Amino acid sequence: AKYRKVDEDFFEELEEILLQADVGFETVTELMDSLRFEVQRKNIKNTSGIQSVISEKLVEIYNAGEDDVTELQLEESDLSVILFVGVNGVGKTTTIGKLAHRLKGEGKNVMLAAGDTFRAGAIEQLQVWGDRVGVEVIKQSEGSDPAAVMYDAVRAAKSRGVDVLICDTAGRLQNKVNLMNELEKIHRVISREIPNAPHEVLLALDATTGQNALVQAQTFKEVTNVTGIVLTKLDGTAKGGIVLAIRNKLHIPVKFVGLGEQMDDLQPFDAEKYVYGLFADGLDLEEAEEIESDK
Amino acid sequence: MAFEGLAERLQGTLQKIKGKGKISEADVKEMMREVRYALLEADVNLKVVKEFVKNVSDRAVGQDVMKSLTPGQQVVKIVKDELTELMGGEQSQISFSTRPPTVIMMVGLQGAGKTTTTGKLANVLRKKYNKKPLLVAADIYRPAAVQQLQTIGKQLSLPVFALGTDISPVEIVKQAIEQAKEEHHDVVIIDTAGRLHIDETLMQELKDIRAIKEPDEVFLVVDAMTGQDAVNVANNFNEAIGITGVVLTKLDGDTRGGAALSIRSVTQKPIKFVGMGEKMDALEPFHPERMASRILGM
Ligand SMILES: Nc1nc2c(ncn2[C@@H]2O[C@H](COP(=O)(O)OP(=O)(O)OP(=O)(O)O)[C@@H](O)[C@H]2O)c(=O)[nH]1
Ligand SMILES: Nc1nc2c(ncn2[C@@H]2O[C@H](COP(=O)(O)OP(=O)(O)OP(=O)(O)O)[C@@H](O)[C@H]2O)c(=O)[nH]1
Ligand SMILES: [K+]
Ligand SMILES: [Mg+2]
Ligand SMILES: [Mg+2]
Repeated sequence: AKYRKVDEDFFEELEEILLQADVGFETVTELMDSLRFEVQRKNIKNTSGIQSVISEKLVEIYNAGEDDVTELQLEESDLSVILFVGVNGVGKTTTIGKLAHRLKGEGKNVMLAAGDTFRAGAIEQLQVWGDRVGVEVIKQSEGSDPAAVMYDAVRAAKSRGVDVLICDTAGRLQNKVNLMNELEKIHRVISREIPNAPHEVLLALDATTGQNALVQAQTFKEVTNVTGIVLTKLDGTAKGGIVLAIRNKLHIPVKFVGLGEQMDDLQPFDAEKYVYGLFADGLDLEEAEEIESDK
Repeated sequence: MAFEGLAERLQGTLQKIKGKGKISEADVKEMMREVRYALLEADVNLKVVKEFVKNVSDRAVGQDVMKSLTPGQQVVKIVKDELTELMGGEQSQISFSTRPPTVIMMVGLQGAGKTTTTGKLANVLRKKYNKKPLLVAADIYRPAAVQQLQTIGKQLSLPVFALGTDISPVEIVKQAIEQAKEEHHDVVIIDTAGRLHIDETLMQELKDIRAIKEPDEVFLVVDAMTGQDAVNVANNFNEAIGITGVVLTKLDGDTRGGAALSIRSVTQKPIKFVGMGEKMDALEPFHPERMASRILGM
């Protein structure tokens, strides 16, 4: 960073890096405005230390005046229900496997509900995860009513003194009205059985998704009152920048990030680490080039 | 929400330009700022956007546009034409081998829609081309991937070649091609595991599968909702194994699908089909001009 000045070129480069991280035009513009202001106010001339200022501003946008709530809000001594929702192929079922493993590791008695009765092999997939983690899976046959599966599962979980019931649902695109109605029904059946349930509705978002993720979050929130996001597939090269806007506009916090396909590849969300990942690599790269050309 | 204002903004700018008898370079610049915004909101890669805007601007400030009676409309037409051009012609045909079986490989990131598309494609091949396809379960990693393909095979009444999950994908494909020859299947469609483009071990596996019998098609399956990273993914897959075409899935959603443009422009490989649903008949030919309109939101 010593090699560079905070000038128009620098701002432009940062802007491009953030756009390429899927942060989105509006949010990037907002960030750049507040960063310019801050740079002027503090009379920052060179780039040493600028990274932390950028991080700060990004976290500020992320938090939008709220405190970070990454922890799951579960019942202390009663059955808690976690419902997973999201579009097709984002990582719901896999994340359920990982989360079950995590909660079991914390000493909780976990049960899974195979609420995706539609996609080929979905029930078998969840069963493999259940076997891997060593937790029971409540299921019916392919093609059966997912709301009925949930009803069964909640009953079973209650009677067996389970701590956390995690419910899988079929992937659905948010513009499919019928499928969203079905999801609403699933949600309703669970709430009817247990007053405060589902205690968490987690929306799985694929980090490779672009601006459409904002629409996803908006629509799923309207239908199922999403309480948190799991940002999956962050082990790739995509940065998942859109969750910044989601948190800022819709106030849905990210609770976990997915970092691979194995049982242990789930980590609690860390806002600072995340925002740093959005831009730091890109800037470093450019610096290295600059040093080269300076020689 | 995110995209609603987009078409309006573009059209608003267009309206402004339209009202003018003459348009200046500054007007074009203003117009192109809106176009840039529209493309970025649609997830077209920034680098692709920059180049595109530059090319269109160069054309738009040309004499014939400036002197035309409807310069605003001209500019928009140029934008659409250039977008359509960039996305290539309609190319939903498939290359078949003169030495059957024809081998088709499905590759891509996790969850893109490879397994589903394998089934859909087999369905098209049977119905439209009178082929006798064999589906190959070469994903031994994802839980129940084999069962997923087998279920799809059952739904379609098409055979699935599977050897479980203890034998290597390379060996599975070798044996599958042998069986296809014996049983006179003229097409073999290989469902491979989802993988990151930066996973060297798994990319090597694809190269090894590819080396068994030169595939006639290697389809990169890409989720239409993919953002800026689409170019990296497409580039890496293309460089590592050489793709012949792209299938864009989940286009039944409401994403603008700018990834189509990015991928096309970095790989120069045609988008051959689009996935329009989860069911086995939801695979359609790709229409470049419709895609251009969709990306621009108009
Ligand atoms: N690299 C990587 N792959 C992941 C991650 N999470 C899930 N996957 C993979 O993504 C693919 C889709 O995951 P699923 O869990 O089946 O996704 P889903 O949302 O349940 O999919 P549908 O039920 O079909 O809508 C699988 O191949 C997973 O192994 C992650 O954090 N990183
Ligand atoms: N709406 C819609 N869903 C699709 C389409 N294509 C695939 N899907 C869904 O996307 C999800 C993932 O599809 P898969 O075929 O399992 O994807 P994959 O690439 O084989 O996944 P991995 O093997 O885990 O890498 C499933 O829920 C499919 O039903 C499509 O065109 N439209
Ligand atoms: K990533
Ligand atoms: Mg699933
Ligand atoms: Mg698959």
